[in-house]
Amino acid sequence: MTDTGSPRSSALRRRLSQINPVWVLLVLLIAAIIFMNPRFVEPTGYMNFLKRAAPLAILAAGQVYVIVSGGFDLSVGSLITLVVVGSSMLTNNDPAATYWVIPLMLTMGLGVGAINGLIVCFLRVPSLIATLGMMITLNGLAFLWSGGAPRGYLPDTFRFFGRELIRDVPLVRFIPVSVLVLIVVVGVFAWAMHRTNLGRHIHAIGDNPVAARLAGVPVNRVRITAFMISGLSGAIAGILLGGFAGVSTDVGAGYELQAITAAVLGGAQLLGGKGSVPAAFGGALALTAIFTLLNFLGLPQPVRQVVQGLILIAAVALAMHRRKQTGT
Amino acid sequence: MRHIIVATSALAISALPLHAQNFNDPEEFAKQQEQLQAEPMGPEGQPWLQHIGDSMVETADLGVEAPATVCFSNAGVNNPWRVVGYTNMTEEVANHESIENFIHVDAEGSDDKQIADIDDLLAGGDCDVMIVSPNTTAALTPAVERACEAMPVIVFDRGVNTDCPVTFVHPVGGYGFGIQGAEFIVDNVEEGSNVLMLRILPGVDVLETRYSAGRRILDEAGMNIVGAEFTDGDNAKTKSIVEDYLQRGEIDAVWMDAGATAVAAIEAFEDSGYDIPVFVGEDQQDFLRKWQEEDMTAIAPTYPTYQWRTAVIAAARVIEGEAVPGPEWVLPQPAITQDNLDEFVNPAMPPLHYAMCGCEEMENYPEAWGGN
Amino acid sequence: MSIASDTRPTRKGFRFDRWAPLLLLGGAFSIYVAVAIATGQTQYLTFDNLIAILGRSIALGITAIGQTFVILVASIDLSVASLISATAVLASVVMDGSPAMILPAVLAAIALGGIVGLANGLVIIGLKVNPLIATLGMSLIIQGCLSAFVSNFAGEVPSAFQVFAYGEVGPFPFALLFLAALAVLAWGVLRFTKFGSDMYAVGGNEEAARFAGIKTGRIVILSHIICSVCASIAGLYLASRLRSGAPWIGSDGVYDLESIAVVVIGGTILAGGRGGIWGTMAGMLIFSLIDSVFNIAGVDSYAKQVLRGVIIVAAVAFYAINSKRIVA
Repeated sequence: MTDTGSPRSSALRRRLSQINPVWVLLVLLIAAIIFMNPRFVEPTGYMNFLKRAAPLAILAAGQVYVIVSGGFDLSVGSLITLVVVGSSMLTNNDPAATYWVIPLMLTMGLGVGAINGLIVCFLRVPSLIATLGMMITLNGLAFLWSGGAPRGYLPDTFRFFGRELIRDVPLVRFIPVSVLVLIVVVGVFAWAMHRTNLGRHIHAIGDNPVAARLAGVPVNRVRITAFMISGLSGAIAGILLGGFAGVSTDVGAGYELQAITAAVLGGAQLLGGKGSVPAAFGGALALTAIFTLLNFLGLPQPVRQVVQGLILIAAVALAMHRRKQTGT
Repeated sequence: MRHIIVATSALAISALPLHAQNFNDPEEFAKQQEQLQAEPMGPEGQPWLQHIGDSMVETADLGVEAPATVCFSNAGVNNPWRVVGYTNMTEEVANHESIENFIHVDAEGSDDKQIADIDDLLAGGDCDVMIVSPNTTAALTPAVERACEAMPVIVFDRGVNTDCPVTFVHPVGGYGFGIQGAEFIVDNVEEGSNVLMLRILPGVDVLETRYSAGRRILDEAGMNIVGAEFTDGDNAKTKSIVEDYLQRGEIDAVWMDAGATAVAAIEAFEDSGYDIPVFVGEDQQDFLRKWQEEDMTAIAPTYPTYQWRTAVIAAARVIEGEAVPGPEWVLPQPAITQDNLDEFVNPAMPPLHYAMCGCEEMENYPEAWGGN
Repeated sequence: MSIASDTRPTRKGFRFDRWAPLLLLGGAFSIYVAVAIATGQTQYLTFDNLIAILGRSIALGITAIGQTFVILVASIDLSVASLISATAVLASVVMDGSPAMILPAVLAAIALGGIVGLANGLVIIGLKVNPLIATLGMSLIIQGCLSAFVSNFAGEVPSAFQVFAYGEVGPFPFALLFLAALAVLAWGVLRFTKFGSDMYAVGGNEEAARFAGIKTGRIVILSHIICSVCASIAGLYLASRLRSGAPWIGSDGVYDLESIAVVVIGGTILAGGRGGIWGTMAGMLIFSLIDSVFNIAGVDSYAKQVLRGVIIVAAVAFYAINSKRIVA
């Protein structure tokens, strides 16, 4: 590469190249959506959008932990299904049951993550296979538990998080509860990833597990924690989705790949070492924006699949290209 | 590279219209429209024993003796409709002393596996009568033909492209379903009203015919169809699609090809602050309850799960050598309307229980179906 | 990330990972026999029935042979399921019931496979996109293009071509002999050709292989072409078996994830460089036997799913537990 520009323009270019392209993509997509549907700038427009993106964004934020530590978590989609089906079985139409069912589901998410982590760390099964097995198992468990069809309704107290709005908020008129949950969860996940020792350890393990171990990082404990955080994000996403849409037996299907896609769009590097929670959040918003845009364009499902596939490949190819150029 | 895929696909499509299955067949449409009106034969109040048309098939010479083993190759129990149906079936088996043994194999929604399952059942040599609920029509035809050579076969739900089975049990059909819902909309909104059509998946025979019949009637009545969208049967997606449409304009009626996501669609109106429009759902309890609670203007066409009972009854008659309606046993296909809604709503049943199950009088009702 | 492991046995004596697939297969077979005897259904132990069991998973076996090639070079292919649907539809539409079109249809299907494999390989090597993402994106693109044009069974396979799936040679189904021949061919390629030994070298340690003068990129691309061609043969087999092609037959059979599971159960490791065809064949037999055991024992399909998930993880753990490496 020859640099013919002035020092100032090269400094500008360097700064520009530091901006994660996912934000540029997101801005372009939002602009296109507003162009297609000017009412998107009203609170109903963008708040509905955020509400819809919330489960995926939370999942992506959790998935980043596992990806940065060098693994995958394919089990979150089935975990969502199990959380929704399990909650409907346990609450059994009793509004008061919500107060113990939700903590129980969050614990279950942590537990599933812990099992994934234990299998990967101690049975030495690659995470792709370990979480694939978990995905099949959890899906079977959800069916086994419910007998194939959901047995109960989710009470309104449970659905509060995914469905209700807080009204009369200044400036924006209303905020869906799920958007508040989204802000809190992504905020906490981002803080833990980028401001704590845990985050540094996760990055170190993903970068070079042997070196990290020699440097005294408790590799197994950190990896298990990463899976537990991903499991927790799956449980939270399940609670939001069940709240938003009610009970069904295939709520979570496909979310695992969408979460990985979102994280990758946000620049997370598969097999570890690199990734950021805010960028994965951006990736999830961008993915949801793509779906929304294609919807507004009235394009049929097949075209959406093709576009999703092309964007996925293009995003990673671009990221690799930039990495090569900046030499990192 | 992409060009080549597109080119090969284009090659495919250029040859396609010649062979695509016809889901918009005016003759079949007219036949089903007539069958909806027909007075069924058989005991009143027990639609699973009734039949439309009077053609019968003798079974005394099929050489099966009681008690016998009935084998059932099931396409899958992968959705709530099939779960309810399969429960009907196992409960019905208990009613027949002539059925000594009931063997069930589940193909989990795969044609390939169902072909292997049928071959396994034939190789096992235990079966005297076989019931098949085919995963798809064309793919299962050869396997059913092989089964026919070995024993009497009863097919239900979807058919096969051969007349070798003793009888093919099915309700009126997809056109009938589409007709009932669309006619209700036409009767309840004004000409030129905005109708949103929500569909599950493309390409599924039983759903495509519902859509083509519904579309035909709405078009002919001069309705303004604002969109026909696929929801994948996903509640969250359904709710999002309806919310998006509401942002763009008013909706006076919603037509659906299956009711599992009807409540999610209704909630989209509620949560966005709109009145619930005229609705076409199906006989799931959650929809019926919502309809009753919110005092909606709605109808629930059905694809009755009691046909799973009928298949067993047909098998039992074959074993006992009695005549069965055939070569097609066409069951009545009633819709739930405002007039009889109260008979079908039952808060003790699970949300996706299909109310038109004909199972209320059975011994283990409601526990076996997941009710309290 | 791992030290290159020698592929040829250098030590005499018992090598666990060589015999492990056979041990697992023996275990699965004993369980099958035990269940058949315990439930008094000894008719399932006849020769015909054992052949029927072998015949259950022909399509999976063919796909898994291809998948073995890409996994050996530390890649992976998630696009096989969509490709199976695409080639089945393409072949059945081109044939359209006419025996004269069999050859053009077979060539077209194999050409499509070759092109998809080449594209996968080029994206992975040329654009440096992670294989998981590259083939996932490809899968979405193929499925999208396919379902844009076809939504049901399309075309028709002439009865002459149904010989592929239904024909018999003596007591053996033709397809079973074809699978066996394909396996022998694949084994020969891996064992006796330079390409085969290069594959092990690339999978074991790419950098070392490159320093040794191996054109690693070409090896990976070629492996992907082989994998995709195998998938298109599986598509041809299914078109013959179902008498026509439909856009859902690949995804309904979950051939992408199941073929990967079969390969790893057969002892080929996801990190590449170790494993082989006979392990994969053992893996396929284990899958078929498990399926038949469930059918004989009358396990309901939900419990079946749970067990399947657990078995996949347990089988892989059986190989991996002794290794000291940190897995991805």
